[in-house]
Amino acid sequence: MLRRLFVIFGLVVLLAGGAVRASYADDATLTLKRLATDNYADIELGIAAVAASGLPSAEAVLNALADSRLSYRSADKALFFKDASGSWIDAATNTMPAEQPSGLKPVKVNNRVRRALEAALGSMTLMAADPQKRIAAAEAVFKSRDVNTLAALESVIAKEQDAVVKRHFEEARAAVLLLKVDAPESDRVAAAERLGERGDQDSLALLGAVSEANASANTVVAAKLAAKGISRRLALLSTVQNAWYGLSLGSVLLLAAIGLAITFGVMGIINMAHGEMVMLGAYTTFVVQEIIRTKAPGLFDWSLPIAIPLAFCVSALVGLLIERTIIRYLYGRPLETLLATWGVSLMLQQAVRSAFGANNREVGAPSYMSGVWDLNGFQITYGRLWIILFGLAVFVALLGVIKGTSLGLKMRAVIQNRRMAAAMGIRTPLVDALTFALGSGVAGIAGVALSQIDNVSPNLGQSYIIDSFLVVVFGGVGNLWGTLLGALSLGLANKFLEPIAGAVLGKIILLAVIILFIQRRPRGLFALKGRAVEQ
Amino acid sequence: MKRLISTMATTALVAGSLVASIAAKAEDTIKIGILHSLSGTMAISETTLKDTMLYLIDEQNKKGGVLGKKLEAVVVDPASNWPLFAEKARELITKDKVVATFGCWTSVSRKSVLPVFEELNSILFYPVQYEGEESSKNIFYTGAAPNQQAIPAVDYLMENEKVQRWVLAGTDYVYPRTTNKILEAYLKAKGVKAEDIMINYTPFGHSDWQTIVADIKKFGSTGKKTAVVSTINGDANVPFYKELGNQGIKATDIPVVAFSVGEEELAGLDTKPLVGHLAAWNYFESVDTPENKEFIAKWQAYTKNPKRTTNDPMEAHVIGFNMWVKAVEKAGSTDPSKVIDAMIGVAVPNLTGGLSTMMPNHHITKPVLIGEIKADGQFNTVWQTPGTVVANEWSPYLEGSKDLIADWRAPLSCGNFNVKTGKCGGKS
Repeated sequence: MLRRLFVIFGLVVLLAGGAVRASYADDATLTLKRLATDNYADIELGIAAVAASGLPSAEAVLNALADSRLSYRSADKALFFKDASGSWIDAATNTMPAEQPSGLKPVKVNNRVRRALEAALGSMTLMAADPQKRIAAAEAVFKSRDVNTLAALESVIAKEQDAVVKRHFEEARAAVLLLKVDAPESDRVAAAERLGERGDQDSLALLGAVSEANASANTVVAAKLAAKGISRRLALLSTVQNAWYGLSLGSVLLLAAIGLAITFGVMGIINMAHGEMVMLGAYTTFVVQEIIRTKAPGLFDWSLPIAIPLAFCVSALVGLLIERTIIRYLYGRPLETLLATWGVSLMLQQAVRSAFGANNREVGAPSYMSGVWDLNGFQITYGRLWIILFGLAVFVALLGVIKGTSLGLKMRAVIQNRRMAAAMGIRTPLVDALTFALGSGVAGIAGVALSQIDNVSPNLGQSYIIDSFLVVVFGGVGNLWGTLLGALSLGLANKFLEPIAGAVLGKIILLAVIILFIQRRPRGLFALKGRAVEQ
Repeated sequence: MKRLISTMATTALVAGSLVASIAAKAEDTIKIGILHSLSGTMAISETTLKDTMLYLIDEQNKKGGVLGKKLEAVVVDPASNWPLFAEKARELITKDKVVATFGCWTSVSRKSVLPVFEELNSILFYPVQYEGEESSKNIFYTGAAPNQQAIPAVDYLMENEKVQRWVLAGTDYVYPRTTNKILEAYLKAKGVKAEDIMINYTPFGHSDWQTIVADIKKFGSTGKKTAVVSTINGDANVPFYKELGNQGIKATDIPVVAFSVGEEELAGLDTKPLVGHLAAWNYFESVDTPENKEFIAKWQAYTKNPKRTTNDPMEAHVIGFNMWVKAVEKAGSTDPSKVIDAMIGVAVPNLTGGLSTMMPNHHITKPVLIGEIKADGQFNTVWQTPGTVVANEWSPYLEGSKDLIADWRAPLSCGNFNVKTGKCGGKS
């Protein structure tokens, strides 16, 4: 009897448990079904519901939605998401269904939905194990300023061990508290100070929103004080930032012009096809990346180092070909060279257009070249940093070749006095050809770097040719140091003029200044003796 | 010397027989001119349009041509050189005797050929969105006027993204300048204060966007929701978007809505950092209609490239070409002056599931679509006008053009009729 009673009791408990689980699952599917719609406003509400539901799969579902991996079955509005292996997972049970579902429709996302997602995921991942994720979550809360996350923030701040993450949490709390009308005054004053320490544009915006209408006098004073500090800091920062931009533009100009410093600066050839050598370098990068993408995707980060020597070879070979077939007949006739090389440039452009099509080609950035390095508000983009370093490295290497190798010695000898050099047994035609190939090859290397910041299209070279000549002429024909200094000073001048005069007027002013400068010093910053000067 | 003469003679003979064969062919074909740059800066955009026209003519010929005659395409290359556009247009009309021309991309090329088409009374179909403020008897504008693209986009941002601060960024030439003037007047009429509008122009092919993007970031972080309305043209877009990605400006913070960026431009870009930025067009490749699916399938089969994209100006040519065919059949003749009269009121299906009609102002009705960039380089349509929109060729937001209308039906027959003075001609 007793035993039977036990069995019945056991059964009841089991059934009840099952029922509870079933109703829980029902709730879960109901909540999830709110995402199974085409209406963005409904999806937005659904996100908040899913985030608040405490479902074990909630985070996975929201993450899947953010990456557009979430779909629903039109028939019964059941949600599925794709996992890393590409198979569908049932969102309600968080398990792989027995058979893969069919008739799925993706849940669409727009910016409103994305914002709601960021906020929801932010408050959900405050306790993530990865400190980077916690920081991202803190920043998401900083942006959304969701009052409901305050309690969660307090608890994570108390527990957080990592000082950096803790600072981000506290800043997020400050952002929430600063504009929370019913928060204690002391908290709000402290929040204003905290944001003043953070000192960025977003904090400034938040502090600017504090006024007598929504805060006590003390809070307003504290906010004003903090805002003043931030403004001062930002003004200083923008000068530094501008200098950085100038340096970065200067390095691009340097790269574009450095090959021309050889062909035009040293050899005196008005080489209108210089831009196309740069373009060929960029297309070489594209081809290398295409091959890597199809054959060895794991090597993608190595695509640029691989492309550099290849780009050098391709452009140098084309340069050699141009020199041997056209330019060598035209030495000492600058106008004819100008026209001939211009013709060559048109031919190269059209050849590339026929081979690769007129459209831009996508050249991807390796992982080490994307992203920003934030130095307390001063932002350095990795791509630009690499280009500056690369530009300087090319400069130094070229200087080394000219000063330290036998070819460099012969080059300098031929430039200073061709007949004497020939009399000493130097084969001047060979030196000419190699010098032109060197200049072209260096232009090709520049193309690898420029493919990272500009279009890879047949017109790539045209946009740099004028600037390149400007740099070489301004720096002083025939002097590599002049090219370096010319490029950097043009870059800096451009970037400091741009905020004041605008991009269009800034460029015009700069051109006018250069014209005046050339009037005063026709041979540029550094005048050097060379063949170009003798003519 | 003798050899030279004989060579010359042969050349002349060959040339003569060529001319003869062309003349013989001209008897039984109808010639269509295609005036798109195949070399130079604009080749990037215009080459596809040439291919589109060849495809359309090929399709029509498979259906038996027009009025029982086959169509023949005459392709010329104006090489992105504006004066050459006028020369080539004259050559097409007088020498090749084309009955209609499909061509041009930039406004300056259109302005360059306009007098030629008016003088020789021929027809031009212009397929690109432009700044408006024009209506010619001889030009049919199948692209969008500002109110069919820019203004709905701004409305969308105001209503759905609650944008209060605006950056109008453009390349320094006539289309962005006029569009931004219209937008500025429109925004001010909507109560946006002058300090909440930042206008920025950059030269053609601008490639160093660091300062400007930093400025936009600064302008956008005052607490008010900010958006960028971009009329940046052509190649300058790629470095602009790259810089946006570099500086970490996401669409959820500061969305950029572009009027000149389509599927073709995105093809040269890594679009992952751009997800959520917007474009306003009258057509997207991703539009889910049977008409569009069929068109894409046939187009990719014709070009033998299963990845070939389609874009808005292509759709404009499809509409324009079908309208021309219909008008020719209606008029029973390819004579331009008869076709011009027959064009007005012609309606053909567009690829987004509606009907586009040629209006008396020589512009067509179009739906307006707002799309967000997806990670695969396509657009996700997030908003669409309920029906089609009629073009305002003369903007009601600009002094000087708000009293003008264009109506090419008799008896008015005027492209700039001033409703205040009741006279045809000139801005008020």
